[in-house]
Amino acid sequence: MIALVKRPEASRAFSLAAPLLAVLATMVFGGLLFMALGKDPFEAITTIFWEPLFGEFAFFYRPQLLIKGAPLVLIAIGLSLGFKAGIWNIGAEGQYIMGALFGAGVGLAFYPIESAFIFPLMVIAGAFGGWIWAMIPAILRVKFGTNEILVSLMLVYVAEQFLASMSLGLLKNPEGFGFPGSRNLQQYASTHNADLIAGSGMHWGVVAAFIAVIFAYVLLARHRLGFAIRVTGDAPRAAAFSGVNPARLVLFCLGMSGLLAGLAGMFEVSGPAGQVTIDFNVGYGFTAIIVAFLGRLHPVGILFAGGLMALTYIGGDIAQSKMGLPAAAIQVFQGMLLFFLLAFDLFTNYRLKFGRTETA
Amino acid sequence: MDLSAINPILFIAGFFVAATPLIFAAIGELVVERTGVLNLGVEGMMIIGAICGFATAVETGSPLLGFAAAAVGGAALSLLFAFLTQVMLANQVASGLALTLFGLGFSALLGQSYVGIKPPRMGDVNFGPLADIPVLGPILLSHDIIVYFGLALVVAVWAVLKYTRIGLTLRAVGENHDAAHALGFKVKRIRTLAIMFGGACAGMGGAYISLIRVPQWTEGMTAGIGWIALALVVFASWRPLRVLAGAYLFGGLVQLQLNLQGAGVAIPVEYLAMSPYVITIIVLVFLSRSRSAAPGSLGRIFHASS
Repeated sequence: MIALVKRPEASRAFSLAAPLLAVLATMVFGGLLFMALGKDPFEAITTIFWEPLFGEFAFFYRPQLLIKGAPLVLIAIGLSLGFKAGIWNIGAEGQYIMGALFGAGVGLAFYPIESAFIFPLMVIAGAFGGWIWAMIPAILRVKFGTNEILVSLMLVYVAEQFLASMSLGLLKNPEGFGFPGSRNLQQYASTHNADLIAGSGMHWGVVAAFIAVIFAYVLLARHRLGFAIRVTGDAPRAAAFSGVNPARLVLFCLGMSGLLAGLAGMFEVSGPAGQVTIDFNVGYGFTAIIVAFLGRLHPVGILFAGGLMALTYIGGDIAQSKMGLPAAAIQVFQGMLLFFLLAFDLFTNYRLKFGRTETA
Repeated sequence: MDLSAINPILFIAGFFVAATPLIFAAIGELVVERTGVLNLGVEGMMIIGAICGFATAVETGSPLLGFAAAAVGGAALSLLFAFLTQVMLANQVASGLALTLFGLGFSALLGQSYVGIKPPRMGDVNFGPLADIPVLGPILLSHDIIVYFGLALVVAVWAVLKYTRIGLTLRAVGENHDAAHALGFKVKRIRTLAIMFGGACAGMGGAYISLIRVPQWTEGMTAGIGWIALALVVFASWRPLRVLAGAYLFGGLVQLQLNLQGAGVAIPVEYLAMSPYVITIIVLVFLSRSRSAAPGSLGRIFHASS
């Protein structure tokens, strides 16, 4: 018989190895999936993981890595703070949409005035939009004990309808010949979140993502609030004795993750997306959940995980056009990654013992 | 606006159609949560059920076989969750989310060749002359067999939980898994079976959407109904018969919203469409006070040695 025995202390080595093992297992099982779809598994895996970085057109794909990775990292950093403390914001997609709407709304309100103040105002508005949307579940949980998982998730659907209403109504381009969608922010210099170095993919959102990583690292490692977050997650009772105010922690964690998700949405809509349209959001808010776990809820880990997930997005696109791999296959691939990670995580806290046992 | 366009009898009869997917998903999740497991993957299991049921019904021409396949598909996916949480002792919240993300992707993959097809129609149950009773006949006796099966399932779950030894065991495992283990119950085995039951129910609920309520297949067509079902379990304070009441209330609101859209009310369509979600939040706020009704071990990981 094989039994599980709890380790006296979490294994650091395994905590680092689990994500790598999960990626390997996902490659194997993803390959099997691609084979079942009638594609060459080796070609598919190299197309996804190798082509964007070192392939013939890598010069084109590498900037994409920053563009797709930045929103994932920004959102995941915020989510990880809450996840660490057992506060589950799974409505980042909604906060992302609201951030984009607030940011774009402020920018478009100034049209056609050109001023250097407009973009900073949009950044503030975007952060506010995401923050206020996350404050709804936060305040409801603090005041009424309402489950934040369900409320934040419901608000995603509300935000999606709101986005539809805005892109067909209030924010619709008056010169758009009746097509849904707002004016193109890329063609309005004051609102355009352009590449800081042309063609590098390095826009303000990427800068914000790096700042967020450093900020989160310092917060968790050095600040009292970071200590409160870690204690609450590991031992809620001990946290209460050490004077942690749980209500304030909920407001901070949800608020911060909403703020970062709102920023991500704002940078996306004013940069790579360019326009408020019904479906400008592509699910970064949900993929960021995978990124946060894959990065072990650690800021530096999330940076790598965000890069890896961006790679699967880009590689998936290439595989789609080159090999006809369905878009949904990549979604399955990303879902598998989370499964394997959660499974391998067992060995961080437990070890296998071979021999006779009597427990059930 | 033309409210006279709404036929009150058809309107009320529509409650049943709108409520049935929720009833299936919520009653399954209720059993799972009564054994102390929180499975947030309902949405994923529903959408897998929706495509499994749809594909099987289209291929075989039998909607009933479709529902059976949906139950199998939902239960199969739930086994992944059971493996993660019961064998690998993974966090239940994260595993449930993983199940939903994976289910949404996998269903889209399975359903690629089924977009735009009409499924075989499921006939209504023939109650003979009873169905001709004015008002009550069209409201209560003009539905397909699945509606009545859903009702029967709720009553059965209620009776089993309340009156049988199996129900007592399930509840014991959910209230205090350590005590149940000490009494010699196989906690993990019982929970795994409950999770599979929940998966099968969610799968059938999903198939009801793709085969009868809509009826066609589109990606992500469950549109949050699985999450609303989770809210419904809280709403019902983990009691089966209240699930029924909640589902009809909710089905009624959805039906009202759709009818108002059809009647051309001055409110924009988007705001009507967001109303079910807003109402769910409001209801959750009012009911969060009764949290003490939750099973004692809900969401906690069980490991025999600790």
